[in-house]
Amino acid sequence: MPKVKIPTPLRQYTGGDKEVEVGGATAGEALGNLATEHPDLKQHLYTGDGKLRSFVNVYKGDEDIRYLDGPDTEVGDGDELSIIPSIAGGRC
Amino acid sequence: MPLKIGAGDVGHIHDHAREGYPEEVAGALIGMNVDGMKIVVDVWRAENTHEEERSRRFLIEPLKIKEFEERAEERDMDVLGFYHTHPDHPAEPSEYDREHAWPGYSYVIASVGSDNVEDMRSWTLKSDRSGYDEEPIVG
Repeated sequence: MPKVKIPTPLRQYTGGDKEVEVGGATAGEALGNLATEHPDLKQHLYTGDGKLRSFVNVYKGDEDIRYLDGPDTEVGDGDELSIIPSIAGGRC
Repeated sequence: MPLKIGAGDVGHIHDHAREGYPEEVAGALIGMNVDGMKIVVDVWRAENTHEEERSRRFLIEPLKIKEFEERAEERDMDVLGFYHTHPDHPAEPSEYDREHAWPGYSYVIASVGSDNVEDMRSWTLKSDRSGYDEEPIVG
């Protein structure tokens, strides 16, 4: 099963775990399973219509999955997915 | 939970805010949780890589966040949150800030004018993302 690295702000929803093993043959499936197993994570990863939030970045190893096959990026045993925040904001 | 920032680190944030004016600047708050208080022991500047409208927008790239997380971990510390500036605007989070915020992080906002930092306040996102709670900044 692939492993997903959890960034500091989301560890409160994984019982403090920095890394979680989840089932799934693609990055999208693995993240979906992660959100199913830890439901409080869901609203921070996905918008109301089920799309990954724009400031949620998912890397397979050192590659942003946006530049691979997106949610269809294949993952297997031993692969590591990392959820990495980008931090954005502004005054209005 | 109170956020403790010493005078030296407050000074670093204020210097960065003034140097960057009228653009927004941002950086990371590095430290640890001790006895119900977040203690900042260092502040690390980040480049505002937002492509346009940097007077009212900022962006810290994910690879920079990854680097911050790794550098903090090497020092047995955490990324407690981030600071950013609101040039000529109150130190209160905007709707745009809320849409882009993460739970758990402290978001320090400094209101900066042409001459000085007018105000600095810290906020955390509510767990249901509906708004913010203010947390006291202590010296």
